[in-house]
Formats: sequence, structure tokens, C-alpha cells
Amino acid sequence: MAEQIEASVAIATAVARCRPEVLCAYPITPQTHIVEALSRMVRAGDLAPCEMVNVESEYSACSVAIGASAAGARAYTATASQGLLYMAEALFNAAGLGLPIVMTVANRALGAPINIWNDHSDALAVRDCGFIQLYAADNQEAIDMHILAFRIAEQLSLPVMVCMDGYVLTHAIEPLELPSQEQVDSFLPPFAPRQILDPDEPMTIGAMVGPEAFTEVRYLAHLRQQEALDAIPALAQELSERTGRACGGLLSGYRTSDAALVVVAMGSVLGTLEVLIDEMRGEGLSVGALAIKTFRPFPRAEVAAALGGAARILVLERAIAIGAGGVLTDSVRWALGARQTPLHTVIAGLGGRPITRRSLRPVLEAAATGGLGELHFLDLRQDLVDRELARCRSSARPGPHAEAILREIGIVGAGPV
Amino acid sequence: MSAAADRSPQAERRDEGLRFYQTGTFAVGGRLLAEHQRTVQSQPRRPSSLTKGHRACQGCGEALGARYALDAALRAAGGRLIAANATGCLEVFSSPYPESSWQLPWIHSLFANAPAVASGIAAALRAKGREDVRVVGQGGDGGTVDIGLACLSGMFERHDDVLYICYDNQAYMNTGVQRSAATPPGARTATTEPLGGHPGNDFGQGKSAPLIALAHEIPYVATATVAELHDLEAKVARAMEIRGPRYLHLLVPCPLGWGSEPSETILIARLAKESGLFPVFEAIDGAIHAVAKIRRQVPVREYLRRQRRYAHLFADGGREDVIDRLQAAADRNIVRFGLLEGSAPLAGDLLGAPAPGELDDLSGAQAP
Ligand SMILES: Cc1ncc(C[n+]2csc(CCOP(=O)(O)OP(=O)(O)O)c2C)c(N)n1
Ligand code: SF4
Ligand SMILES: [Mg+2]
Repeated sequence: MAEQIEASVAIATAVARCRPEVLCAYPITPQTHIVEALSRMVRAGDLAPCEMVNVESEYSACSVAIGASAAGARAYTATASQGLLYMAEALFNAAGLGLPIVMTVANRALGAPINIWNDHSDALAVRDCGFIQLYAADNQEAIDMHILAFRIAEQLSLPVMVCMDGYVLTHAIEPLELPSQEQVDSFLPPFAPRQILDPDEPMTIGAMVGPEAFTEVRYLAHLRQQEALDAIPALAQELSERTGRACGGLLSGYRTSDAALVVVAMGSVLGTLEVLIDEMRGEGLSVGALAIKTFRPFPRAEVAAALGGAARILVLERAIAIGAGGVLTDSVRWALGARQTPLHTVIAGLGGRPITRRSLRPVLEAAATGGLGELHFLDLRQDLVDRELARCRSSARPGPHAEAILREIGIVGAGPV
Repeated sequence: MSAAADRSPQAERRDEGLRFYQTGTFAVGGRLLAEHQRTVQSQPRRPSSLTKGHRACQGCGEALGARYALDAALRAAGGRLIAANATGCLEVFSSPYPESSWQLPWIHSLFANAPAVASGIAAALRAKGREDVRVVGQGGDGGTVDIGLACLSGMFERHDDVLYICYDNQAYMNTGVQRSAATPPGARTATTEPLGGHPGNDFGQGKSAPLIALAHEIPYVATATVAELHDLEAKVARAMEIRGPRYLHLLVPCPLGWGSEPSETILIARLAKESGLFPVFEAIDGAIHAVAKIRRQVPVREYLRRQRRYAHLFADGGREDVIDRLQAAADRNIVRFGLLEGSAPLAGDLLGAPAPGELDDLSGAQAP
């Protein structure tokens, strides 16, 4: 039965039902409500046996999770943005050690300029760290993906990041269904670690490896992620059978089978896209959307198959690879192989700028008719950019762009609405 | 635990008026001692945390210190001990796969996070109700005093049940002897060459991790050297009787980095203590309660001249000024920590506060 609940609290409850033994986190917006709710459960004794470690940094959060997981405990942490990058070294380490830590990333932009609102720059910046990366399109999926994440992580002995859009998802209050404790228990067996620090069977974990074996070790890590391409749909199916709804997976297509133009995207923008696609379909335009739910491992063959019928592809990116363009674009192009399907990259929703149907519609229409360039920035105020460029040319010390642009717009402290 | 173990061997020896000083030998047998007073290493069935086959340099103080410290901890834990190790010489020389020298469960994660990894292990054990298994975190001075300090401070203030051991060889040895915040003034390292009038490492920099630990008011803080292995073992044993964060800072000479004779590692560690340059003390709950007195005081130059990292102080013309400043630093330690027989640590001084009565009246001072 659905209950009206703040998504962060729902995520915390879902995590609690996975019976974690060690929780560790450092506060960062917009992850805080998840951790606060978990902390309350531990303090009240509702989540036991479980240790909550209030660490002094995200680097420590990931490191505490590493120690806890290596000692055989189910470990969970959550972060976002600057915090995720502050963990970077430990992320690669946790993955390299094959420790099945589960982490929520409440996706948020990266500074400078510092910005607390949503985009995908944070998780995409660490896309190659060895964590599996799942991207939730809505809060129900975010809940289910967390339960899935623990099972995937422990079955494959790999850490998993569940990425959910900061604020847009984390702070929404809506009716959500929480899997019952019995449902979770029947899906998620107790953690049986593949390696453990145990005085009865002493082992050395994390020692140095030279060029003699490093390539093979890395290749095996890659293979393990490839295994996840089979495991994720199978486990998602198994969870679906218990909950009676679709629960994550690799991809999902919305009206793609006969679509001439397919929009590829990750995260909460899928909801907007579906409504828009319905509208445009009503007007006779042949459009569909492909949601990437698993970005690491990248489901190359599945993406290629899903895009097989598309005459044109639009990759909607909530991040920018500065100096290159899109991040997801590269993977989609790789999936297409030798196929020369025209492909457009649209950078949208950076630092919390809303992605509206009104803005998307003309872009999709232009793409459908071949009238869109290769790289497009949604809602970019070219007039502001041009004036700022001119201003900078006329001064040797022009100061921050952000300040000048906000002065021009005449609003401070809020994005354009 | 037996009744005898309730008291430290050191305390017992004190009661009996017997003191154990190591002289020119590496043996720690102690046939003069009663069975229960003998060192862990002299027991026929001693634990062996770090066994043969590691690649430490000849005379490596870190290898010796780690083995004594961990064997003592293993004994205290009844063999149920897990170690988290920072990147550094100790990690590298002991562990390359497939030739690990570790006989206890051991994990290396990163350079800066050993205290946090240890905290995580401790949290896991607590959640699982495994009170019987104990946790040690360890690393070099760089991994502890510099890059790992935030994790260490967090581990202290959260009161996590971890014994952390810093093996202080006073520089980043594993990367080729660069300066750390534990490098003493006057010492030459690869990044503190005595060039352009610099005395080697500059004066007025660096920090004392033991005093920083003390300021956290954790239950146990101690310093030790590999010259006094009985003392080291006794401190580990005492630390292991306590739950919560504990810190042991161990001076471990490094023949390669210090330019000393491998055969003089113990001697040099002893001279560090006997000159007053490295105060050996023990603190409980934020207050120093015991110091190792200097037995035969030596001028710092006796310590310095045996190490090529100080050779520039003695070469053509020399740097008497630098040697004098180092002597002054040792003399200050001697007064501050009460290192001479019959003296006591300066009340209130150790955390930087003047003793009562010496307090400056700041009431009339200008606001900054
Ligand atoms: C984040 C990071 N920075 C730098 C290094 C390189 N590094 C590895 S070991 C080491 C020196 C270790 O010095 P210390 O902790 O004093 O231990 P020692 O080798 O002297 O025993 C350094 C700088 C690293 N591995 N990781
Ligand atoms: S360089 Fe120093 S610390 Fe490292 S193994 Fe050699 S003697 Fe030991
Ligand atoms: Mg060192």
C-alpha cells in the first residue's frame, strides 16, 4: 500500500529493511535527510544491530565502509557532489578490493561555482571507479533499486551506487510503496562475504601487485561488471515478482519500438519526457525515450538493440564533459558501432535548471527534422553569454562570470524559472 | 587473565627494585626475570605477526617495532587481532602478493585512511557482537601526522575502539626520503637539502602527533622507541587493557633515510631518548602520568653525528648554530617533560597553557 512520504525517508526505510550493520556518512545537501532518518532509526533502536558512524569527512565515510565491509558487515553510505569527489580515491579502492558497499548519490552539480542543485556531474565524474551505477527515473524506482543494489553488490562482490536526482527526487513528498520487511528478507539473504578479515583464517587484503598480474586483475574486474549485465535484469525480475511492479534493470524504452527519433536520458527527466512524448505522438510525431538505468556496466548490446530502429538519436545529458561535450553521448555512440545514425547531444538541466516540456519540445522537433546541431545547450541565454564575452574583452580583470551574469539578469540566489 | 597480568611487568619490576636496560645486545631474553615478566619475544610459543620473508632494509627500525608491537598486541588479544595498515614502507616491504609476511588478518586500503578503515572494522565487530576481536591501525609518520591526521582525529574523538600505532621514521621513506611534518629541524631529506643557508629542515615547523593525541583526551597516549623493547611491549599490553581510542607513537630509526649504520638502529633510538630529543612518556585520559627518565644524558651531537642526514652540520666549518638550537630543543624537552631523575613535567605546560601564576593578564589588550 502506498503511503505519502518524503522520498529521503522512504529511501532510509528501504535501506533499513536491508538490515545494514554499519552506516557511515558525512552531511552534504541534498543527501542529508536520508542519513538523518537512518540516524534516528539507529538511535531509537529500531534498526539493530547496526552501528552509525558519524565521520569527519566523506573520505572517512567511504573508508569506514571499506573497513566494515572487509570485516564482513553490510555497509551503507550516502553522499553527493563535492562529497563524492572527496571520496574519489576510496571509491576506486573499495571497488578494487571488491567490497559490496551500497551508496546513495543524491546527484548534485560540482563547483566552482558552488551549486547545491541537481545535475549528474558528480556521479559521471567517477563513472570509471569500478562501482556499478544505477540511475533512478523516479522515487519508486529509487526505493526498489536500493534493495536490488544490496543483492547485486553481494552476489557479485562489487560496490553499487544508486544515483537519484537531488531535490527533484530526494525531497519530493509523494505516495510511495515500501517493500515490506518480509519481502526484503525473502529477496536479500544475509551477507556472505567472499573475503573477510577473520582471526581464525588470517588473510592479507589489499597488498601490492605489479605489472605481472595487474592487467589480469583489472580485466577480471571488467568481467565482473560484465556479469552484472546478466545479473541485474535477472535480479530486477526476481524483485518485480515480489513487488508486482517493474524494479530497475538495465534499460527501459518508452514508445521506442516504432520511434524515428529516440531520446536517450538518465534520471528524473524521463518523467517529463514521457509526458512530452505522449503529447507529440498525439500530433503524429514519431518520438520515443530510452532510459538508461544501469550506466556502469554500460549495457552496450542492449542499447544498440534498443536504438536499432531509430533514424535519429538525441542524447539528453545532465552533465557536460568540458572541452568535449557529452558524457553519455560517447557511450551511446560506442554502442552504435559502425552505424551512422545521426546523433545530437543536448546539455540540459545543469546546476538545477529545470528541464521543461516547453523548452524541450522545439529541440525535439528540430532534431526530428534534422534541424538541430551536434551539440546544443538547452535554454542557453546566448545574449547573456555574448554580453559577458564582450565585457571580458574590455577588461583585464573582469571578475567572476557568475556575478556579472546574475547582475545582468537582476536576480540573485535563484535560477531562471 | 592471570592475576600477575593485572599489573604491568614494568610496575612489578619497579616494585622489586629491578630495572631492565638493554645494552649492547639485541637479545630481550631476561633470564634475570621471572617467567611472567619476560618479553613476548622470549616466550617459546610467542605469536608471530610479521614473519620472515619481508623486504625491509637491514636494520630497519620499523620492521622491528612493528613486530614487537603487534606481537605484544596479539598476545594481549589472545591472538584475535585485525590490522589496518596505511601505505608506506611497512605496507610495501611486508605484503607484496603472494609473499605476505603477515600472520594475522591484515588490510591495506590507502595512504591516508588507515584510522578510518580501522574504525570501520571496529564498528563491524561491534555490530556483530564480536567483543573478543581487537583492532589495530598503523602507519608511518607521513601517513599519520600529515595526510592521515583528519582520519586519526576523527577516530579519536568518536571514541572508536582502536589502538593506532605510528611508526615514526621522521620522513616519507617509501617515496625516497622526503620531508614530513615529523621531520626534525636540521635534518636533510630529499626536499630539505641544506642549500642556500637552510639548515636542512627548517626550524619552527612540524608538529607533535602525541601532543595532538593528548589534546583529544583519549584514554591512552604513549611514546616509545625500539631501544626499549620491554617498555614498548608493556605499553602495548597496557593499551590493550583499555577500550576506546589509544595512540602509540614509536620512534623507529631508518638506516636508509637517516644515513645510519644498520647495526646502530637500537643505539640511535636510545640516543634520541637519552639526549632529550625524543621524550618517552605515557598519558592516561589526557594527562601525562609517567615519563622515561634519561639514564645517562648525552649531548645531542652524540646522536646527530651518527647520521648522515645531519652530516652537513659537521662538515667544513659546520653549523654550530644549528647544533646549539637542537640542543636547546632537547633541553626544553628535558624541562617540559621532566626527563631528568627527580624532576616532574611542567604543570599545565604541555598543552601550551602557562602554569598558574604565570598567566598574562590580557584584559587590557587591544582586540585584534
Ligand atoms: C594519496 C597518496 N599520496 C601520496 C602517496 C605516495 N606515498 C606512498 S607511501 C608514501 C610515504 C610514506 O611515508 P610514511 O607514512 O612516513 O611511511 P614510511 O614509508 O616512512 O614508513 C607516500 C608519500 C600515496 N600512495 N597516496
Ligand atoms: S627505507 Fe627505512 S623504513 Fe623503509 S624499509 Fe628501509 S629502513 Fe625500513
Ligand atoms: Mg616515515
